[in-house]
Amino acid sequence: MTATETLVPFDEALTRYDPVMGLEIHIELNTATKMFCGCPTGFGAEPNTQTCPVCLALPGALPVVNAKAVESAIRMGLALNCEIAEWCRFARKNYFYPDMPKNFQTSQYDEPIAYDGYVDVDVDGETYRIEIERAHMEEDTGKSLHVGGSTGRIQGADFSLVDYNRAGIPLIEIVTRTIEVPGDKAPAVARAYVSHVRDLIGGLGVSDVRMDQGSLRADVNLSLKPKGSSALGTRSETKNVNSFRSVERAVRFEVSRHAGILDAGGKVIQETRHFHEDTGTTSSGREKSDADDYRYFPEPDLAPVSPSREWVEELRKTLPEPPAVRRARLQADWGFSDLDMRDTIGAGALDLITATVELGTTPQAAKKWWLGEMARRANETGVDIDALGITPQQVAEIQKLIDDGRINDKLAREVFDGVIAGEGTPEEVVVARKLEVVSDDGALGAAVDRAIEADPDAAQKIRDGKQAAAGALIGAVMKEMRGQADAGRVRELIIEKLS
Amino acid sequence: MTARDLTKATADELSRTLAAGEASSVEVTQAHIDRIAAVDGAIHAFLHVDAEGALATAADIDKRRAAGEKLHGLAGVPIAVKDIVATIGLPTTCGSAILKGWIPPYDATITQRIKAAGLPILGKTNMDEFAMGSSTEHSAYGPTHNPWDTTRIPGGSGGGSAAAVAAFEAPLAIGTDTGGSIRQPGALTGTVGVKPTYGGVSRYGLVALASSLDQAGPVTRSVLDAALLHELIAGHDPMDSTSINEPTPDVVAAARRAEVKGLRVGVITELGGEGFQAGVRARFDEAVGLLTSAGAEVVEVSLPSLEYALAAYYLVMPSEASSNLARFDAMRYGIRVPPADNDDPSAEQVMASSRDAGFGDEVKRRIILGTYALSSGYYDAYYGSAQKVRTLLSRDFAAAFATVDVLVSPTSPTTAFPLGDKLDDPLSMYLQDVATIPANLVGIPGLSLPIGLADEDNLPVGLQFLAPAKADDRLYNAAAALEALLESKWGGLPLLAQAPELEVAR
Repeated sequence: MTATETLVPFDEALTRYDPVMGLEIHIELNTATKMFCGCPTGFGAEPNTQTCPVCLALPGALPVVNAKAVESAIRMGLALNCEIAEWCRFARKNYFYPDMPKNFQTSQYDEPIAYDGYVDVDVDGETYRIEIERAHMEEDTGKSLHVGGSTGRIQGADFSLVDYNRAGIPLIEIVTRTIEVPGDKAPAVARAYVSHVRDLIGGLGVSDVRMDQGSLRADVNLSLKPKGSSALGTRSETKNVNSFRSVERAVRFEVSRHAGILDAGGKVIQETRHFHEDTGTTSSGREKSDADDYRYFPEPDLAPVSPSREWVEELRKTLPEPPAVRRARLQADWGFSDLDMRDTIGAGALDLITATVELGTTPQAAKKWWLGEMARRANETGVDIDALGITPQQVAEIQKLIDDGRINDKLAREVFDGVIAGEGTPEEVVVARKLEVVSDDGALGAAVDRAIEADPDAAQKIRDGKQAAAGALIGAVMKEMRGQADAGRVRELIIEKLS
Repeated sequence: MTARDLTKATADELSRTLAAGEASSVEVTQAHIDRIAAVDGAIHAFLHVDAEGALATAADIDKRRAAGEKLHGLAGVPIAVKDIVATIGLPTTCGSAILKGWIPPYDATITQRIKAAGLPILGKTNMDEFAMGSSTEHSAYGPTHNPWDTTRIPGGSGGGSAAAVAAFEAPLAIGTDTGGSIRQPGALTGTVGVKPTYGGVSRYGLVALASSLDQAGPVTRSVLDAALLHELIAGHDPMDSTSINEPTPDVVAAARRAEVKGLRVGVITELGGEGFQAGVRARFDEAVGLLTSAGAEVVEVSLPSLEYALAAYYLVMPSEASSNLARFDAMRYGIRVPPADNDDPSAEQVMASSRDAGFGDEVKRRIILGTYALSSGYYDAYYGSAQKVRTLLSRDFAAAFATVDVLVSPTSPTTAFPLGDKLDDPLSMYLQDVATIPANLVGIPGLSLPIGLADEDNLPVGLQFLAPAKADDRLYNAAAALEALLESKWGGLPLLAQAPELEVAR
């Protein structure tokens, strides 16, 4: 951000401008091999160990299309309600960059495999239809590591290293048409769209869809147009948006930034912007313009892709239940209210609750932990709920500990702390932190005796039949036992001793 | 056979000599290595000679033959390979400084097939840089000389392979043909050169010039030898998406059939008039007369779109080349030349200075042409229009092949010209390929056959046969028949028997 830029508060900006958004999502497919060669695609291997003449672009090497990637692309297109091309080609996108071995990216240009689709997303009880312009196949680039300098960016680095393991990993890019929704809903709609696509693609099993690992990457294109005007403004393209929450924040920030520029009579520069998780702001990347010339032309080394209609229909049959149908079914199964359901989806917890319930936890308990506890923690720490470090398995185990009377809800929160801090399984945390509730009558009895002695008034009231007064004594016992007493047993002991 | 006979023999003859135990592969290979040592100083057909590797392969084949192993027909027959084909352990420079010293860690599919069949690889042959040129003068390592007259060019880009075969340094060679780089050098050196149907031979491991036009093929001294080598290297390859997944036509049987009685031959009206040397036209007309006398039905056929072929080619080829050659960026292989005036260059600046230092003028010319032709705003007018010309030309050829079995034309408008003659005149150089380019644009096979010497300069002239895609066998049948007719005219000897003796280095 330059010093001259002033930010206009989001709500104020919306009084003068309407945001227009476009979202691009890159999905890394989880095929066993790369898009155009037989190299493995596993994440985290030693640099440059998953390479071959093809993905290193050695002289003379030629690409061959991964049929499994085409299948994944078609299934993805169908899930996005797209038309599937009867005939399409790859194209070369030519530009020089050290992490791109061929110095062109094999992509698709004017003949995408899937086009003209839509998804419906729900925000605050309203349904918004997001139109999909296209979903096309392409390959990922290698990864540059800039060594030296303070920023880890290329500027100021002493030297750079390139890992080509990622070069040639199959990607699907999903591009929306322009999205125009009421301005105050725009950030939430953008977030909901990305989250929805994540769920949809995750359900197909064709990608890990992990934003934190880069297998799902979102770019937010945004421009403002003055209220009442129909002319589109200049857009910025915000990259590096690595969580659902960041999608929302990036939209808000760019609205504020654009409005500041436009209010001052300035011109928005068409450029890429980098989103910063820590500050919630964006900074200037590379200047772009419509004159950027990638010299696209059909890839002569690859035969056209022409999926037969029979195959496409076969693949359509493999699609999982559509999200809306699934949600209705789960809501009925779980007995959730509309509001519960909206909160569940808004928190990105649908799959997490589903998985937890499948492990034997009641829907109500699963809801309590994911929407009450986890959503709060996610919000406080600014991460997505599935990136907290808690799995449905662990939630189910903790609920089991509660059901078995070994811990209570309050202690469960400490167990969550321990699990998130990496102290082990819930069971291990309970043991290590000595969190198990005390239901041993000897220990409890002594504590109850001390409580009765300390509060004779309360004791007398109970003797007089006012059992509600037991609360004060229970509280005292729990305090002494630092919360680890079995509250039910304490009550029984008090009544026993005083009747 | 004496060592001299061994180098004069065709591959087919050598194959039979080896099978009969009349000579060993080591003897055959050594004879060619000696011949290279004797004449290549004057010819410069080779960029790299691998005597040790070739002899090791030969010894292995001799051992396996002695053990009674069933070997490929060409096992033990040495071969030269154009320096554009990836070969493990042997430098592969494409005649370019930018790849100086690069040794591929993998074999091209055709290299694998040659190795599997047991042909000793004598070395890598010279070529115009990245196969851009028609004279082999654009090699960063110096030109190749025509064995018929060492002051003249051998054609290009595959002048090294053609000259090696014409100078009896190798009985067989591999060439690649994007616009005539096998056939035009064949015509200019009195050798046989074949560009197979596009997709007939795998391109995996051939350093790409123009992906939609490139095709590897045989360079030999006889039609039958070409068929034998064609059969070895052709066939489907899953590593090349543009490879045809069908059986290769039986080219060897066709070459042995050699029968043109009743064959419908079309003479292409547009190729042979203005711009074609008188001696070329005279030999061509005689050859057509021979075909007629042997019972072929000769008619004239017009291909109206042909006049746009050269222009279309010089848009498609540089466009694809500009993109194919982008990978030579000094990041992963090849020479790296930092900018002279910058102590702390960026990667992009190193790329630019390395490309500036590593590429020759003709390569730069075509990269610039292609970059321009693909630019937004020009794409439709240039690359797009050129692709439309290919479609029109395909229709013209389809119409022609509806009435004739093969088409014929002179391979090249002229005989070999003196070194340096056309270096400053790229357009005139480009016109060398006017007759060969159409086959690449439409993907059909073509074969150039030596048909005699031009009266005005006593230099070889070639005739080109063209056939429909996937009908490569027709080329071999017709060319073998014409070859036999011509050789009986020449006293039962090939045209190369008339070539002057080369001075032998001591």
